[in-house]
Amino acid sequence: MPKRLAYSLSDEVLEHVFSFIQSDKDRNVVSAVCKSWYEIERWCRRKIFVGNCYAVSPKMVIRRFPQVRSIELKGKPHFADFNLVPDGWGGYVLPWITEMAGAYPWLDEIRLKRMVVTDESLELIAKSFKDFKVLVLASCEGFSTDGLAAIAASCKNLRELDLRESEVDDSSVHWLSHFPETYTSMVSLNISCLGSGEVSFSALERLVSRCPNLRSLKLNRAVPLDKTANILRLAPQLVEFSTCTYSAELRSDVFSNLAGAFSNCKELRSLSGFWDVVPDYLPAIYSVCSRLTSLNLSYATIHSPDLIKLVSHCPSLQRLLVLDYIEDSGLEALASNCKDLQELRVFPSDPFDVEPNASLTEQGLVAVSLGCPKLQSVLYFCRRMSNAALVTIAQNCPNLTRFRLCIIEPNTADYLTGEPFDVGFGAIVEHCKDLIRLSLSGLLTDCVFEYIGKYAKKLEMLSVAFAGDSDLGLHHVLSGCESLRKLEIRDCPFGDKALLTNAAKLETMRSLLMSSCSVSLEACKLLSQKMPRLNVEVIDERGPPDSRPKNCTVDKLYIYRSVAGPRFDMPPFVWTKDEDLALRLSP
Amino acid sequence: MAFEKDLNLDATELRLGLPGTSDESAKNQTPATLRSNNKRALPEESMSSNATASKNCDQETAPLPKAQVVGWPPIRSYRKNNLQPKKSEGEISGIYVKVSMDGAPYLRKIDLKVFKGYPELLKALEDMFKFKAGEYSEREGYNGSEFVPTYEDKDGDWMLVGDVPWEMFTNSCKKLRIMKGSEARGLGCVV
Repeated sequence: MPKRLAYSLSDEVLEHVFSFIQSDKDRNVVSAVCKSWYEIERWCRRKIFVGNCYAVSPKMVIRRFPQVRSIELKGKPHFADFNLVPDGWGGYVLPWITEMAGAYPWLDEIRLKRMVVTDESLELIAKSFKDFKVLVLASCEGFSTDGLAAIAASCKNLRELDLRESEVDDSSVHWLSHFPETYTSMVSLNISCLGSGEVSFSALERLVSRCPNLRSLKLNRAVPLDKTANILRLAPQLVEFSTCTYSAELRSDVFSNLAGAFSNCKELRSLSGFWDVVPDYLPAIYSVCSRLTSLNLSYATIHSPDLIKLVSHCPSLQRLLVLDYIEDSGLEALASNCKDLQELRVFPSDPFDVEPNASLTEQGLVAVSLGCPKLQSVLYFCRRMSNAALVTIAQNCPNLTRFRLCIIEPNTADYLTGEPFDVGFGAIVEHCKDLIRLSLSGLLTDCVFEYIGKYAKKLEMLSVAFAGDSDLGLHHVLSGCESLRKLEIRDCPFGDKALLTNAAKLETMRSLLMSSCSVSLEACKLLSQKMPRLNVEVIDERGPPDSRPKNCTVDKLYIYRSVAGPRFDMPPFVWTKDEDLALRLSP
Repeated sequence: MAFEKDLNLDATELRLGLPGTSDESAKNQTPATLRSNNKRALPEESMSSNATASKNCDQETAPLPKAQVVGWPPIRSYRKNNLQPKKSEGEISGIYVKVSMDGAPYLRKIDLKVFKGYPELLKALEDMFKFKAGEYSEREGYNGSEFVPTYEDKDGDWMLVGDVPWEMFTNSCKKLRIMKGSEARGLGCVV
């Protein structure tokens, strides 16, 4: 940019222009144009996203961006969802809250994922941020209803409280009652993760009745059916609703009350919950079905015939989450009824059984790929697959952005040919040029990684399990996938060579997690030494890695780029280069 | 075959843990890591190694069920906890009880959920502690055995293993003790 032009626009004008630029990527580019743009931009950046809370320190963030209003932080790596990261690994939010409490008095939004949040942190939030509006705790843990009570009592302008899939301890405090009678600002409340003792139903009803802007309400499981109808009648303006436990037997009075309540909800577009639902009650929601765009039945143990009936009432469906009880026949019905479908997730009803308990095969997914041209995002658990099916799916859905296939039994081959799935997944990455997320499963050789390295140029996140033959597999991915940000691998024969050869690549990614692979401690130490801006963590609960024989491989390895240097909150089972390994004793 | 070979390597490996503590880590390891990491398993092989884990009778440890791999299939704990599968849930839930034997220097721990009934449990205990419990009969207990399996129930009473239905036993058993036959004489005479 010519100097003349840059200086001719005043700071205020530039700041105004920048206010239209919301995406982090664009903001980062803007700040790299020249020093003055950097300065102007950093003062007016309002939203920060930190994908790995250990990649940068709170002080550094505050120093560069002094006037932030909204922050999103992520802690543990994704594999922590599947118990592959031991408890106590880290991800504590308190240091961040402590720093921000002093620096950002006007902070009004905090979104956290996979972090350890204590009651102390929640109390500090409640105390420090006068205009606090949005708290999202996704898959978090470490807090109780005491902390929630503090938030309820102090945050007068709270609009959103979302505890999705978090683990909350019950301290027996009626926290909902801590919202003062004068509080009316709730727009979105998600307490679906709470147990039965943790929500006072009368307090909930009073809260709902005085919040006219309530758009999204996700109740916890234990709210009885007749109460559901009451709540709905108090909030007919709801757009999103999560229902609760359905009672065992059909009672016509309860049914007609419920059906009536639903029919009042003209804005309802998204339904979820449905725990323990009895099929006889499903027709109560038929009046809203034609407008539904999102349906989460993944906790509902209802079977194919009832699912088919339900789905045939929902022509506007864009997003469906369901159990494998839907079966191939249900997916075929979905394919013919729901032409706007963009996202499909099929979960296993009995994941640990070797035998399938529902007739769900690759045919269901093929049918959906054929019938739903807008399909973009797939998560599919099944017990058999073929390369032919994968090729068909790839050809039918070139616009796929997320494809996660989980063939339940590790190392399962193509059931028609006995071959590995290299060709099938190869077709996916070749045809789906916008693919940003991929999860592999089944029998796979190094070949599939060659395809991925060659074609998956926009791939940002890859999950690999029980696959590959040698380091070449990992090397293909690290050297070929230009957009790769997150790589998680378990139980693959990938080792030192691929890692050390591609050390520089690791600094361009957010993180790499390898569990039960073939990486030696020596390689970890070498990588640590070569790459000062990578934190190389060896996670091993078996004891000090140094005490094991030389050729022993590390249990888990978590590598992430960081400008914050080593962290100071590591538990005893995490080793890095700065530890004196010989002296480290496990507790 | 490969499975058994690896077990032998484990047995001779120098390690800091107590002898026999490989059971715990073996349970948590995946089938792939129990095999040599560089070998890709053929589907038949991997299927059989999963299924025969429970058939390996000459192991020292309690027989494993279908080998449950940590974190596989990749389903969040939240979802696992909220769904009620018909069979036993997964690698996290288990009924772990301590097992002591009179005269043995240290205790063991076993997961009762892993067994389908008394015969399997007794076999596992016999293998673990190298004794023979003998035949159980309702009238006479384990008559004539040198060692007798007993358990402490929820009420704190010491009972003879085998008297109550299996489900009741797994729900009420707090710990197991393999008593010397001479001490157990009184227990066998329940009417």
